[in-house]
Amino acid sequence: MAVDLRAKLGHIELPNPIMTASGCAGAGRELAQFIDVSKIGAIVTKSVMLNPRSGRPTPRMAETPSGMLNSIGLQGPGVDAFLQRDLPWLLSRGARAVVSIAGGTVAEYADLAGRLSDAAGVTAIEVNISCPNVEHRGQVFACNPDSSAAVIEAVRARARYDIPVFAKLSPDVTDIVTIAKACVSAGADGLSMINTLLGMVIDTDTMRPHLAGLTGGLSGPAIRPIAVRCIWQVREALPGVPIIGMGGVRTGRDALELILAGASMVSVGTTIFHDPSACSRILHELEEELIARGVDRLADVVGLAHQPPAVTARTLNPSSRVSPSARVRRI
Amino acid sequence: MTHSEIDAQAGPVQVRGTVLTVRRVDAYYAMTLVAPAVAARFKPGQFVTLAVGGPDTSMLLSRAFSIHDVRPDHGGTVEFVFAVNGRGTQWLAERRARDVLDVTGPLGKAFPLPRDPANCLLIGGGYGSAPLFSLAGKLKERHCQVDFLLGAGSGDRVFGALTARRTGRTAIITTEDGSLGTRGVVTDMLDQAIHDGRTDVIYACGPMPMLRQITVLARRYDIPVQAAVEEAMACGIGVCMTCVLPVIGSDGITRMSRACVDGPVFRGESVRWDEVGTIPFDAFGAPGWEPRSRRAAELRNGHGRGGDIRVGSPGAGGAELSGQPDRGRADGGEPDGGHADRGRLESDDQPEGSRAARGHAARGRAERASAERAGAERAGADRAGADRAGADRGGAAGGGAAGRHGHGR
Repeated sequence: MAVDLRAKLGHIELPNPIMTASGCAGAGRELAQFIDVSKIGAIVTKSVMLNPRSGRPTPRMAETPSGMLNSIGLQGPGVDAFLQRDLPWLLSRGARAVVSIAGGTVAEYADLAGRLSDAAGVTAIEVNISCPNVEHRGQVFACNPDSSAAVIEAVRARARYDIPVFAKLSPDVTDIVTIAKACVSAGADGLSMINTLLGMVIDTDTMRPHLAGLTGGLSGPAIRPIAVRCIWQVREALPGVPIIGMGGVRTGRDALELILAGASMVSVGTTIFHDPSACSRILHELEEELIARGVDRLADVVGLAHQPPAVTARTLNPSSRVSPSARVRRI
Repeated sequence: MTHSEIDAQAGPVQVRGTVLTVRRVDAYYAMTLVAPAVAARFKPGQFVTLAVGGPDTSMLLSRAFSIHDVRPDHGGTVEFVFAVNGRGTQWLAERRARDVLDVTGPLGKAFPLPRDPANCLLIGGGYGSAPLFSLAGKLKERHCQVDFLLGAGSGDRVFGALTARRTGRTAIITTEDGSLGTRGVVTDMLDQAIHDGRTDVIYACGPMPMLRQITVLARRYDIPVQAAVEEAMACGIGVCMTCVLPVIGSDGITRMSRACVDGPVFRGESVRWDEVGTIPFDAFGAPGWEPRSRRAAELRNGHGRGGDIRVGSPGAGGAELSGQPDRGRADGGEPDGGHADRGRLESDDQPEGSRAARGHAARGRAERASAERAGAERAGADRAGADRAGADRGGAAGGGAAGRHGHGR
């Protein structure tokens, strides 16, 4: 039995819901050595900025229990190089390109949206308003509903009408639903969550902060419960808004967890660092998980955890190999 | 990295490798994995990454190890050396024969090899010497002379001292505690090694301060250094951007280059060793960097800012366009210009044609120019003026020559 894995990114249909997470796959080229980039739902690029950027000093990374801190600081060659080199390459490989954009000002975001709209082949724009590794540490656009809305409004105004705009949210806020609502009111077609959480590691041998940038963004399975909670809360408040879920997804089971919480698509990030072919593996595992539960359409389980137990039970095929109680054990 | 390079057939693979042996070698461990696809693609200087901790691991980052050796037995084995200095390497040390590991490789750029027979000095610090022995094998195939200079804190931390003595024409060992060979560090013995071995090329792998020191000393003799750096990596495949260091490119622009895919082997002179761990002010995309177009416009309008070090950046405008009269082109534009008779390097890592003659020539010139950058101590207005003039007429000769002399060999 083949499962219908098609997923909707706004009005755009993707063959399946598994994508790379921004900043964990470059522009797809390196991963193409290990996986067929056209076979996964989309490649979400590392955040593209208007100008080249050198990022933060090293060390930029620290391993933490079931997670890691990064403090890259959006190193990249800028939008010109992206449009000249990376986007054509992605398209030539038959990959769908979800382009993440980042900027220091609202105008920069708008310019980027304009530049990307002029280039053919951008599937969607993910607006990174929540990178913690920028100057105003922790005080990112996504921490404030008004500044979030300002960015999204500007991007939506400049992006071509048929390119969906997703706002990437930070979990480092008091109430993520407020931010989510502000973004959607400003015109966001969907939401991506979650970005990394701000964290810090101190080297007890040198007795100094481990990262040159002092603080960094925490990612990996350590933050998965936070991702599930954020997706759940937003789905509950805004049931009609598509969500790209990400945060510590390592297996198909993890992807399914985010989907049940309300994500229509799932991005795979940090796991790629120790398993370059993680996206295709997770896609395969997700299909197996759905088959094991007798689910033949991915869309049927998006946000299913919000339904009362009776509905969930109906979706779970009685002849499936996994019973509802077995699910509990698997966690 | 160009399309053709990364798309090359010889690219890395991710496979399940079966542990053949894990053995203690003095202070280190050596692990041999059966991984034919990795072994078949290997070139000296490349490395592998391993996922550690099993499927439910809490350690998410790959561990990178340079490949010590590959052998044809069992279809193809890969051996690497590691020290236990954390939970990940501890876990690795506890693996036993027939355990299966997730291994990716071979990764990174290999050591370029001399085109003609040359006297090669191979320098290793600690277990940084691990990749040097397979390199020595390749060098000997090309009828090169191989001298070793290995050092570490103590005798049990000098990896491969015996092999070096057995296989090298000469082998100098240094230890800081004097427990093996000469008391001291490798750079203490570098002058002697170069004199005795009439060294044409240096290959080095070890800690950053050692590589920096070697590059500085080798420049006195005008000997090219190929340095394999040790940078903390998270992925090893070029996506995570954590292993960056400032490297001067063939166009004279300093970029925060990834040690994993742009290296780990770099020309010693191209690395801004003193600024490793920082973002140089004038690095590509740093606050002090300015787009070439803007600078070109300034120059056209005669508004170039004399004395501004950015204007003086070698190769910024014209280095690619003309040769350096003082060196001539006798070296055929090889990266190691000036070593026409000795130590010319070619990288068989590069697919045919991807770096055609033009690329080589440009690289040779620009890298010479870039070497002078450090040497000239950013010599202020004179230097900048010379470079600007050079850019105007499409040549970096002025700046280049000034820099070289300014270095005061």
